[in-house]
Amino acid sequence: MIIILIKRILLAIPVLLAVASITFFLVRLAPGGPFDAEKTVSPQVLKNLNEAYNLNAPLAEQYFDYMSGIIVGDFGPSFRFPGRSVSEMIMTGLPVTFELAIYSILIALILGIFSGVIAALKRNTIFDYLPMSIAMIGICVPTFLLGPLLVLIFGINLELLPVSGWGQLPGDKILPSITLGFAYAAYIARLGRGGMLEVLNQDFIRTARSKGLSETQVVVKHAMQGGLIPVVSFLGPAIAGLLAGSFVVETIFQIPGLGRFYVEAAFNRDYTMILGTTIFFSFMIVMFNLMSDLLALWLNPRSRES
Amino acid sequence: MSKRIYQFFLIFILTACSQTEAPVDTGLITKTFHWGNGTEPQGIDPHIVTGVPEHHVLQSLCEGLTSSNPKGGESLPGAASSWTISEDGKIYTFYLQENGKWSNGDPVTADDFVWSWKRILTASLGSQYPDMLYYVKNASEYHNQEIDDFNLVGVKAIDELTLEVELNNPTPFFLGLLSHYSTWPVHKNTVLRYGAVDDRNGEWTRPGNFVCNGPFNLKSWELNKKIIVEKNPLYWDSKTVDLNEIHYYPVQNVMTEDRMFRAGQLHNTSTLPSNKCPVYIEDGNPNLKIDPYMGTYFYRFNTLNPALQDVRVRKALAYSIDRKKITEKVTKCGQIPAYSFTPPGSNNYFPKTEIPYDVELAKNLLKEAGYDSGSEFPVLEILFNTNEDHRKIALAIQQMWQENLGISVELVNQDWKVYLNREMIGDFQVSRAGWIGDYEDPNTFLDTLRPNRGNNKTGWENPVYDKLIKQANSTIDQKERYKLLNEAEQLLIDEMPIAPIYTYVRVYQLHEDVKGWYPNILDHHHPKYIRLQRD
Repeated sequence: MIIILIKRILLAIPVLLAVASITFFLVRLAPGGPFDAEKTVSPQVLKNLNEAYNLNAPLAEQYFDYMSGIIVGDFGPSFRFPGRSVSEMIMTGLPVTFELAIYSILIALILGIFSGVIAALKRNTIFDYLPMSIAMIGICVPTFLLGPLLVLIFGINLELLPVSGWGQLPGDKILPSITLGFAYAAYIARLGRGGMLEVLNQDFIRTARSKGLSETQVVVKHAMQGGLIPVVSFLGPAIAGLLAGSFVVETIFQIPGLGRFYVEAAFNRDYTMILGTTIFFSFMIVMFNLMSDLLALWLNPRSRES
Repeated sequence: MSKRIYQFFLIFILTACSQTEAPVDTGLITKTFHWGNGTEPQGIDPHIVTGVPEHHVLQSLCEGLTSSNPKGGESLPGAASSWTISEDGKIYTFYLQENGKWSNGDPVTADDFVWSWKRILTASLGSQYPDMLYYVKNASEYHNQEIDDFNLVGVKAIDELTLEVELNNPTPFFLGLLSHYSTWPVHKNTVLRYGAVDDRNGEWTRPGNFVCNGPFNLKSWELNKKIIVEKNPLYWDSKTVDLNEIHYYPVQNVMTEDRMFRAGQLHNTSTLPSNKCPVYIEDGNPNLKIDPYMGTYFYRFNTLNPALQDVRVRKALAYSIDRKKITEKVTKCGQIPAYSFTPPGSNNYFPKTEIPYDVELAKNLLKEAGYDSGSEFPVLEILFNTNEDHRKIALAIQQMWQENLGISVELVNQDWKVYLNREMIGDFQVSRAGWIGDYEDPNTFLDTLRPNRGNNKTGWENPVYDKLIKQANSTIDQKERYKLLNEAEQLLIDEMPIAPIYTYVRVYQLHEDVKGWYPNILDHHHPKYIRLQRD
C-alpha cells in the first residue's frame, strides 16, 4: 500500500505541473485582459498597470517567473484585489468552503446510506420506491432551484432560518448544507442500494444468517462493509467536486467561500487568481481521489490480501 | 445508532431555528446600517480602486476637499471649510477645516493633499483615474512623464491650512470633480510605512493599519462576507453623524439580495432583479425606489465599418427605434426614452436635441444611402455582453429594424471581457453600451466622444465637436457654456455615432426606517446624513 501511495504521489507532480502550464497559457489566450473595464483606461495607464504586474515582459519570462514562484508556494498578487496575495485569498476562502463541504457530505452520507440500505433491504416495496424516487428528484433538481426554494419556504414564509450568510446569524449554515448535500445524498442512496443488493445475495451473508446472527448484525457488520465500497469510491471525487463546485450554493447563500473567488476570477481575468485556484483545486482532486482509492482498498478484503 | 443521530439533528435544528430578531430591527437600537453593496470592493485605496461599491465604502472612510450634496446639486464643504475662485476661474484657494483630523489624531494639512495628488499622478502607481486631475496645470504632463518636477504642477500648500490649485482652463465643474474619491487624500506616513509611494499592494488599507479622514473608521473586513465601519469620533463634523456602524455586504446575486432584504437582513439593496420591478410596481411595494440617475443606455455604431460609414444609414437605424415602446414594454421600470446623449437635467442642463421615431424618414434615408430595400443591406450584428436584460432590448431592436427597414439583424452575446475587448479593437458593427456620469456636469458625457478618448470606441472624430467642448470648458459663464455644449450635442445627434435609447433610473429597495437618504442623479448617499428611525 505504501508503494501505491508513493507511486501515486509521484504521478501527481507532473499532473499538477501540466495543469499549471496549460492554465497559464490558456488564460493568456482568452480575449480581454484584467484591466479592461467599461470605462477604458488610457494607453499610458494601461502601460503603467502592465508594468506594475510585469505583464510587459515576454510570455516565456513571465511563465518561468510564475513557475519558480509556485514551487516555493508563492502564487503572486491578485490583479483584481490590489494588496491581497492569491495565497491569502485561498486561505481565507478555503476554511469556509471546507466547512460547507464537510456538513454537506455528512448530510449526504447520513441520508444517502440510510435510505440506500433500507431500499436494498426492502427491495420492491414502498421503502424502496419512495426513497429512490426522491433520490432521482434529488439528482435532477439543480442546486440553483433547490436553494431558493428552501429559502422561500424556511427563510421567507416560515421565518425559521436566515436566508443567507455563514456564521453571522444562528442557523445560517443549515440551508446551504442541505442544498449542497441533497444532490450527493441522492447519488449515495442509489450507489448504496446497488452495492448492498449485490452483497446481500452473496454466500457469506447467507452464512452469517445461518449462524443465527440478528438482521442488524448481518447488515451492519457484514453487508455494509462490502456493500458500501462504491460509496467510498464515490466520496473522493464527491468531496473534490463539493469544494470546487460549491460556487452556486455560495452565491445563492452569500457564503464567502473559495468557489466564488474561482469563478469570479475567471470572469475578471484575474490571471494569478485563476491559476492559483486551479492549481489548488487540482491538488485537492488528486489528493481526495488518492485517499478514497486507499480507503476502498482497505475496505475490500480481496484487494487488501493481494 | 440511528435514533441518536435523529435526536442530534432534532436538537440541532430546534436550537438553530429559535426565532432571532432581524438585523434591521436590532440595527434600529444599535444604530447599525446594513448596506447591500453589490460586489466585493477591490480595495479601499482611493487612488487605485474604481467602481461604485468601492465608492460606497470610501465615502464613509475618507473625505475630499468638497463632499457631495445628499440632495444633489452644489458641492458641500468637506475637508475644506470654504474656498475662493479667482476672477478668471483658474485659481482655486481652499481653506481646510481647522479641526480636520486623520483617524489617528494627526491634523489634515494642505501638504497632505499635495502629497496625495502627487501620488495619484505618479505613473508607476498605475492609477486608473489620474485624468480626474488633468484639469490641474501640468498634471497631465507630470503623469505622462513629460516633466519630472512636481513643483511645476498647479497644486501647492500656501500654509498648513491653505491649498492653492491652478487649473489649465476655467473648469466650472471642478468642485464637483473633487467629490470623486480619486482626488481624496491618503495619510502619507501610513502609506509609506507599508510600502513605497507607488506600491499598489501595500497593506496600509488593512483593518488596524488604515488611517483616513472620513466620518467612519475601518473596523473589520472579511473578504466576500462584510466590511464594518464604525463612527469616527475625531471627524470634524462628528456631531452630524448619527450611525454607529455600517455593515457593507458584497451581495453579487440580485435574487439573494432581494431575499435578504425581504428577510430583514438589509436596509437597502444595490439594485433589483429586473423581472421583479413591474411586479413590485403593481403591488405598490413601499420599499421600491425608482430615482433619477445620470446614465444613458445607448447603441454604439462603428463608423469605420463599411456598412455604417454613411451617416444616413446610422440615422435610419436610430430613427427606426421606438424608444417609448422599449421603456414601456421591455424595461418596464420607469426608464425614460433618451433623445440626447447627456441625460436631461444634469446640473440644469437640458439638451434640445430630438431623435424622431419616423419609419418613412428612416426608409428614405436608407434609400438615399443606396439601399432601395433593407434586403440589400448587409446582415447587421448587434454585440452585447451576456445579460438577459440586454438580450431583451437587442431582440426588440432587432425586430424594429427588421420590420421597419427590412434589415437582417443577428444578435451576438459575449462574455463581459470578450465584449469589452471586441469593442476596444473595433471588432463590431453595433454594440450596446451604457455610460454613468462621474460628476454632475454634461462634460462627463460629451467629453467621452472627443477624438482620442478611450471611451469613444465609435471611430467617429469631428474637430468641430472637439473645439466646441474645449471652448465650452474655457467659458466661465454657465449659460454661454451650456449653449456651446448644446451645439456639440446637436452635432452628435446630426452625425449619430451613437444612438441613445433610454435614460437610466436607479431601481432599488430601501427600508422605511432609513431617513436622510434622498434621490439624486449621481446616486451619492453620504452616510454621515443617514439616520435610522421607525415611524
